[in-house]
Amino acid sequence: MTKMRRSPRHLPPITLLPTWLILGAFLLAPLAIMLVISFARRGDHGGIAPIEHFAQYISTGAFLQNYKESTDPVYLAIFWQSLWMAVVTTILCLIVSYPMAYYIALVARRQRKNLLLALVAVPFWTSFLIRTYAWVLILRTEGLLNTALLHLHLIREPLQLLPSHFAIMLGLVYGELPFMILPLYASLEKLDRMLLEASNDLGAGGWGTFWRVTVPLTMPGILAGVVLVFIPSLGQFIVSDMLGGGKKVLIGNVIQDQFTTARNPPLGSALAFELTAIVLVLLMGYAFYTQRGKREVML
Amino acid sequence: MTIQIRDASKRFGEFLAVDRVSLDIRRGEFFSLLGSSGCGKTTLLRMIAGFEQPTEGRILLNGVDVTGTPPYRRPVNLVFQHFALFPHLTVAKNVAFGLKYQNLPRSDRAARIGEVLDLVRLPGLEGRYPHELSGGQKQRVALARALVLRPQVLLLDEPLGALDQKLRKEMQVELKTLQRTLGITFVFVTHDQEEALTMSDRIAVMNAGRVEQCETASTLFEYPRNEFVARFMGASNFFSGKVLSVNGEFVQVAAGAGFQTRVPLRGRSVAVDMPVRFMVRPEKMSLRRNPVEGREAFMEAIVEQRMYQGLSTVWTLRNIAGEELTVYEQNLRPFNGDAVAAGGKIYACWDPAHAILME
Repeated sequence: MTKMRRSPRHLPPITLLPTWLILGAFLLAPLAIMLVISFARRGDHGGIAPIEHFAQYISTGAFLQNYKESTDPVYLAIFWQSLWMAVVTTILCLIVSYPMAYYIALVARRQRKNLLLALVAVPFWTSFLIRTYAWVLILRTEGLLNTALLHLHLIREPLQLLPSHFAIMLGLVYGELPFMILPLYASLEKLDRMLLEASNDLGAGGWGTFWRVTVPLTMPGILAGVVLVFIPSLGQFIVSDMLGGGKKVLIGNVIQDQFTTARNPPLGSALAFELTAIVLVLLMGYAFYTQRGKREVML
Repeated sequence: MTIQIRDASKRFGEFLAVDRVSLDIRRGEFFSLLGSSGCGKTTLLRMIAGFEQPTEGRILLNGVDVTGTPPYRRPVNLVFQHFALFPHLTVAKNVAFGLKYQNLPRSDRAARIGEVLDLVRLPGLEGRYPHELSGGQKQRVALARALVLRPQVLLLDEPLGALDQKLRKEMQVELKTLQRTLGITFVFVTHDQEEALTMSDRIAVMNAGRVEQCETASTLFEYPRNEFVARFMGASNFFSGKVLSVNGEFVQVAAGAGFQTRVPLRGRSVAVDMPVRFMVRPEKMSLRRNPVEGREAFMEAIVEQRMYQGLSTVWTLRNIAGEELTVYEQNLRPFNGDAVAAGGKIYACWDPAHAILME
């Protein structure tokens, strides 16, 4: 007879139930519903059209019409644009965050360190929507920035900053910055300072040490930050909606539009699934990389 | 390479870690900085390496002032206390790390790495990562990583502290052999007096940021200048007294414990009636039930404890002035238990030439 043995060190598996319920009800079930909708057809007045001949609908391949439509050059171009804007956002976040995280983790003294970390988290106290709206107030023609520049006589005419790609990029980088700084800080904080000294002692200066010791050893933090920033940037629609002047700049706006003004949930669902697929492929690449690198990164 | 330290001080805020230290470390010498934790020995070493800048004073390598020169431009290398091997690099890449900055043809690098791994007796592990190595192997990689750069001075910051007792003893011998083979200067930081004695040509004993005494190993052990150094070298028999008279090379002392004895002056100047302290090392004392008058100095004491330790027996005694004595007696004959028991009276005897006057 086998007896179920549970390690007294761990919680019983039943404690995972709430997590599974929430994931099931609010993630898996909606995904399943969306998958079904993505195969449906838009009704003449929007919404979902009822299917009369189900067998025929399947056999003719009509259920794939939304996916066919999504490969229209218009959508592909927007996908492409979203992708590179997410890439640029991620790179800019990394460039801005690394020195900041480095300073907080390795240079700042204890009290200043806590203060700076708190400042990084402060934006979370306000709704993202409101913070993005604040950028509108700053960037618009008669906004804070233009007024200041005019008063300083640096410009004669107000700059047309809104709507623009620049404004969207600014909003994206601003919004995602904490998600890059925090994982970078966590991995830099764990970095053994003796290794930096050892590198110095062996002849490497500041940059040599940075590229040969600091970066490789904080790679887990870099990758975590990249994932945390890249994925939300790819699906963003609030920032591009408010700072992009309602133009369909990012795929997120297109998807949102399908569910609202265009009243075409089937196409919206298909596009959303394609976006999810892209993210999944990238995440698998990340998982593969960290698995492979584990031997080398682990102490 | 010679190292000259001139009135170097290091202040961390209010704390004075190194206090006006001057030292001359000679070419090809095995030099140890010995002291308990917080005495400033590691800070001094880090100043030589270039990780700390002296608040005052200068450091010269081969007569060239290197104060202010960063670590990566100094011809010295440091072996870190916990090895500080790069966890993301293999043994070979750890060792190769510094070669990049040496203007060496790529083809010569492999040869240098192979050579140095042979030197530290660690061939065949080139492809391993640090976490796959034992403590002793890590130690050897750390040594190889520094030695491959052919430094003129190797600095070692308690490099054996993380090893177990047996491995420590082996590495002590090996380090000493290595230093003789290479003929370069080693500066070794340790808190272990035995380790320092085993390996060093000269030792500087440090206390509260200062060098108390800097001498050859045997001089330091046999002729400590003051009570601090003497205690650090394992001495424990200190006696107070008063100068009765000075006769040439000796001073006649009336001890507080009620006996008189001669103590060599060794260049010290004392005056009559001056209070003095003198010391006799535990292994330089012997025990007798009846003292031999005239030939040797002796004092009466009561046995407090007797500890049989195989090679020797350690006696703890107390004299009538309440001063504690420790006597190491070599077990020249099998131990038979036929000795004075605790509470019994015994005479601790020594050759007056072996007594040391304390500053």
